[in-house]
Amino acid sequence: MEYFAQQVINGLQLGFVYALIALGYTMVYGIVRLINFAHGDVFMVGAFIGLYTIERLQFPLPVVFLSAIIGCTILAVLIEQLAYRPLRHAPKIASLITAIGVSLFLEYFTSLRQVFGPNFYSFPRPFTVVGWEVRGIQVTNIQLVILAVTLVCLLMLQFIVYRTKMGRAMRAVSYDYVTAGLMGVNVNMVISFTFGVGAALAGVGGVLYGIAYPQVNTFMGFMPGLKAFTAAVLGGIGNIPGAVLGALIMGQSETMVSAYLSSTYRDGIAFVILILVLLWKPTGILGTRRSEKV
Amino acid sequence: MTNPLRNLGRILSAYVLLAAGITLLQATGLANPYWIQILELACIVAISAQGLNIIYGYTGLFSLGHAAFYGIGAYTSAYLMKMYGGQSQAAFFLALLAGGGVAAAVAYLIGLPTLRLTSDYLGIATLGFGIIMKVVFDNADTFLPELGGARGMTGIAKMSTVPWVIFFLLASLLIVRNTIYSSYGRAILSIREDEIAAEMMGIDTFRYKMVGFVIGCAFAGVAGGLYAHLYTFLHPSNFDFFKSIDILVIVVLGGLGNMSGTLVASFGWIFLLEGLRVVLPPGYVELRWVLIPVLLIVTMLLRPQGLFGTREFPYLRGRLYR
Repeated sequence: MEYFAQQVINGLQLGFVYALIALGYTMVYGIVRLINFAHGDVFMVGAFIGLYTIERLQFPLPVVFLSAIIGCTILAVLIEQLAYRPLRHAPKIASLITAIGVSLFLEYFTSLRQVFGPNFYSFPRPFTVVGWEVRGIQVTNIQLVILAVTLVCLLMLQFIVYRTKMGRAMRAVSYDYVTAGLMGVNVNMVISFTFGVGAALAGVGGVLYGIAYPQVNTFMGFMPGLKAFTAAVLGGIGNIPGAVLGALIMGQSETMVSAYLSSTYRDGIAFVILILVLLWKPTGILGTRRSEKV
Repeated sequence: MTNPLRNLGRILSAYVLLAAGITLLQATGLANPYWIQILELACIVAISAQGLNIIYGYTGLFSLGHAAFYGIGAYTSAYLMKMYGGQSQAAFFLALLAGGGVAAAVAYLIGLPTLRLTSDYLGIATLGFGIIMKVVFDNADTFLPELGGARGMTGIAKMSTVPWVIFFLLASLLIVRNTIYSSYGRAILSIREDEIAAEMMGIDTFRYKMVGFVIGCAFAGVAGGLYAHLYTFLHPSNFDFFKSIDILVIVVLGGLGNMSGTLVASFGWIFLLEGLRVVLPPGYVELRWVLIPVLLIVTMLLRPQGLFGTREFPYLRGRLYR
């Protein structure tokens, strides 16, 4: 029982990091219907910014997060403007292939020796790790930091999407971007902003991931990115609470499989769940079905 | 109208010319064995890409798990040959067909539930299937030790030769062409264009989607078998998500639903990958994967409809479009 509870805690830790990545996927997909494969690599860049600001520049933790947010936002807005915007009216597959191209480019470019380098780097701990034992369950301050930072991010996102003018514009664009444009919404700006917000969350996620699983590499973004996207689809893509729910399910299932079966099956379980859920509800757990117009 | 016998004669002579020509180049040592192997690989990739072209290009089913079927075919035929086939050419042919058959059977089972999903959701489901299959290949040694699991499968006979790969490449082109310009093909194309309208016209869309998906996956399976017997070593990482992406890139670069484009893009892609390895000065080989995505992005920005658009080579054109 204690072992199980311990695994639930570990699963939550992983799930929250997935949630931060999944939000970026779900928002971008909700607005431009693009699977932004480069998002996982933005997450990776966030982790590396964390590595450099902690190790070389010795910034305090809030400034580390801030630098990752700024760096990732700039990167994502650049990607959107250079690579995706020219293809907005091209067939969807062209954007998807471009997204894959951007993803490969980021991975291999940053793995050049002159940039981040191809090795695995150990991620420095920005604070001393303290663990408490509550009824036989280990809880560390890392987990508390992840929980706190993720909750703050979610609250801020909720505020942006539902309480600001920009958020209203985002919802309008995701509902119908032609009409939103006709109503005076600056669609290009809203799309860039969405990419930026998603990337900021991924940047935070990258730093947290580095703190929790202290090893980084330029190819580290691929699997978490894929799983986070799967989580977004699982919860109902385009739906913010859905992405968090999907990510938490993903984190739990992955941890449970590693704990009770074998970690070699870890990467498979998430997708088994995904396929089962899609069969039962093709738009994801919290997704709403949009009727198809002829 | 051309006489079917004359057509068959043309295909056979094209086959003999190509196979004999390349074998001759190989035998006289004019072509480096390394490049011959790359050429064989390009033919194999082209077969697999024609499969995805049927699935995505013609039927419009977004599949991100093509490499899984490639892997299923590779492991099936390699296992059969290793256990029962020995060095026999006839057994090799049967093993390849078995690889295609098993891939098709798995595709049918996977298709039953998933082909009801639409566009991106189907893509994600097939992507998930691809990753599940990678995990299965990684753990394959727990149920069949000969498959090697994560250590890779060794001891496969080198059976894939130039005549074999050219044979299957031409056969695949012939099958795609004849399927697409048949009544089946018209049904399949109508689903891609507008599924609801196709259904209105009385087409059993689910059935025809399944036909497209199963044929395409069978191609991947045969190609996988040829691959296994070309490199004589299989590793689960040969069939991961990136391989699915490779094939998808080829099909999109060539132009969706374009046989000629897919063919040219397969050769272009494989020779570009290998060519850059030779062209780049030593020490800069890692730049390969920096240049390729840039090239990919630029191509997509300039020609989002693919290199060939809707133009086909003369023989591959249908009567309707002539």
